[in-house]
Amino acid sequence: MKLPEFEAKAVLKEYGIPVPRGRDASTPDEVELAAREIGGPVVLKAQIPVSGRGKAGGILFADDPAGARKIASGLLGSTIKESLVNTLLVEEALKVDKEYYLSVTIDRVAKRYVVLASVEGGVDIEQVALASPEKVSRYWTDPLSGLGEEQAREILARFDLSDDTAAELASLLTIMFSAAMDKDAELVELNPLVRTTSGTFVAVDARMIIDDNALFRHEEFAGRNLSREDETPLELEARKQNLAYVDLPGSTGVIGNGAGLVMATVDLVHHFGGSPANFLDIGGGGSVDINRRGLLLVLSKPEVKGVVVNIFGGITRCDFVAQAVIEATEESGTDKPIAVSMMGTNEAEGKRMLDEAGVMNFPNMEEAVQGLLRVQGGR
Amino acid sequence: MSIIVGRSTRVIVQGITGREGRFHTASMLQYGTNIVAGVTPGKGGEEVEGVPVYDTAAEAVARHQANTSIMFVPARFARSAILEAVDAGLSTIVAITEGVAHKDAIESMARAEQRGDTIVIGPNCPGVISPSKKTKVGIMPNHIFKPGRVGIVSRSGSLTYEIAWHTTQAGLGQSTCVGIGGDAIIGLDFVGALKMFRDDDETDGVVLIGEIGGNAEEAAAAYIAETGYPKPVVAYIAGRMAPPGKRMGHAGAIIMGEMGTASSKMDAFAAASVPVADRPSQIVGLLRV
Repeated sequence: MKLPEFEAKAVLKEYGIPVPRGRDASTPDEVELAAREIGGPVVLKAQIPVSGRGKAGGILFADDPAGARKIASGLLGSTIKESLVNTLLVEEALKVDKEYYLSVTIDRVAKRYVVLASVEGGVDIEQVALASPEKVSRYWTDPLSGLGEEQAREILARFDLSDDTAAELASLLTIMFSAAMDKDAELVELNPLVRTTSGTFVAVDARMIIDDNALFRHEEFAGRNLSREDETPLELEARKQNLAYVDLPGSTGVIGNGAGLVMATVDLVHHFGGSPANFLDIGGGGSVDINRRGLLLVLSKPEVKGVVVNIFGGITRCDFVAQAVIEATEESGTDKPIAVSMMGTNEAEGKRMLDEAGVMNFPNMEEAVQGLLRVQGGR
Repeated sequence: MSIIVGRSTRVIVQGITGREGRFHTASMLQYGTNIVAGVTPGKGGEEVEGVPVYDTAAEAVARHQANTSIMFVPARFARSAILEAVDAGLSTIVAITEGVAHKDAIESMARAEQRGDTIVIGPNCPGVISPSKKTKVGIMPNHIFKPGRVGIVSRSGSLTYEIAWHTTQAGLGQSTCVGIGGDAIIGLDFVGALKMFRDDDETDGVVLIGEIGGNAEEAAAAYIAETGYPKPVVAYIAGRMAPPGKRMGHAGAIIMGEMGTASSKMDAFAAASVPVADRPSQIVGLLRV
């Protein structure tokens, strides 16, 4: 779960990482009020889940509350990089002396948390790492002992920093790391972390992604994952029903059991000249009801012109899948073609039911995809 | 020989009294797996499918000289179950559980690594099966496998069954099929499994089933190229059509920016002269064994 910027900053502030004074606002009135409270020049930042929003016009400066209101009127309700701007973060505009980068994330291959620091901030860290590797320091933390002051100093040792700056950054690194561990974050990124002209350090932008699988032990985030800004309406609906669903831009719906198998089926649709409309993993051993709801969800998408259902496994009951296909077809009154390939428990019974109901079924996934594409219109 | 599990495998089932634990215990016994005990805290003294249940892994191991565990515990208890199995001295731990938190998985793997001789398979995996040894420590359907000389290693479950079925139908069969798991943080990885297959005299070639997300496939390709891997390998990568930033069912199946794309993985295998099948049905034909 990606936290919106203002929430990520609120969390980091609790741990003692300085962030700019400011608050979120969703109307021009609120923006003007916030700017007045803050005093002086402010920066307005669109709260959208895309990178590069600054270049796309999502970060704008205002000298005074009236100016902030004017900018907010244009920005709120506009669309930046396909994301609707509902909320702005209004913050004090800081006088920046120098920008840094600090982050902690997970290295999957090393099976460790990796800490990154750079004396170049405000830019894409991967670009910096490619262009000037000497400006980036990486440190793989010991999973059983974590990150202390000593390790933090080690991370920064390759940079030519003043004692004060090194001490300040080392302290911020350890705080950021503990915040990440406490909150089960997959990513905490301070970019840029700035040193102002008055010498204080402030995290001007912050990103924080919480591990979905750890939400059970974080009541403080309860309810916040109900809607996600980077989710389509069907993806949201699917998540509410505990279905692993992803929208794709094409016209052939895809349902199956198991993530790898569904991905492979999606790829096959493309391979045989079709265009996949979605990814939907029902999981293993699904009930009639979950299969039926899954199929209804896919059929409800107007772009879908046909659906392939691919089941392979031991515990999934093929008669349940057949029953679900028949019920969903009747319930939706659809005339979109559905092609089924299934193998598993009660396979013969499932096929008999499909044959009786006149639903196309095939001995394997490749034939099912090709069979569907032959009859499906509007690719 | 086969890898990871074989005739000397003595299994305890952690979480044996739950619905899944009972179901798969019966299926593993039916296949021929030597299940010596089960563990569920508070249920010591009971029996499941004739298998005695203990309160702790340590007790089950002490009484029955077990060396392998398979676990069906809920995600929030996975960390403590893995640590319990590590502390009990088991050499192979198969974690079927889906949805384990990253921090818990990282700590669990580090503790297993610290112990030195413990292999963790998974989490979020279908387990391991060695057909000629009639040993399954996993949840895969029994009937699709047959004894043979192809090693299969995969991040997926049902896609692995599909591909294993192709090798069975082609008459090749499998030495061992291991599902290493769909999570971002897993124990045994592709490189680890490839090393084991290399040293296994019953394996003539390897099918590697990867998917988008992370860079484990790239690491495997580099390992194959650098070591001049002595056995033929064929790869398949699922998720060519996956959009960036979306989790495709598996927690680990997500493209982050430029990282973890199917094309990056396919390019890596091409550079290592490993043939990559365009679709699952081509794998058998590409396998030169």
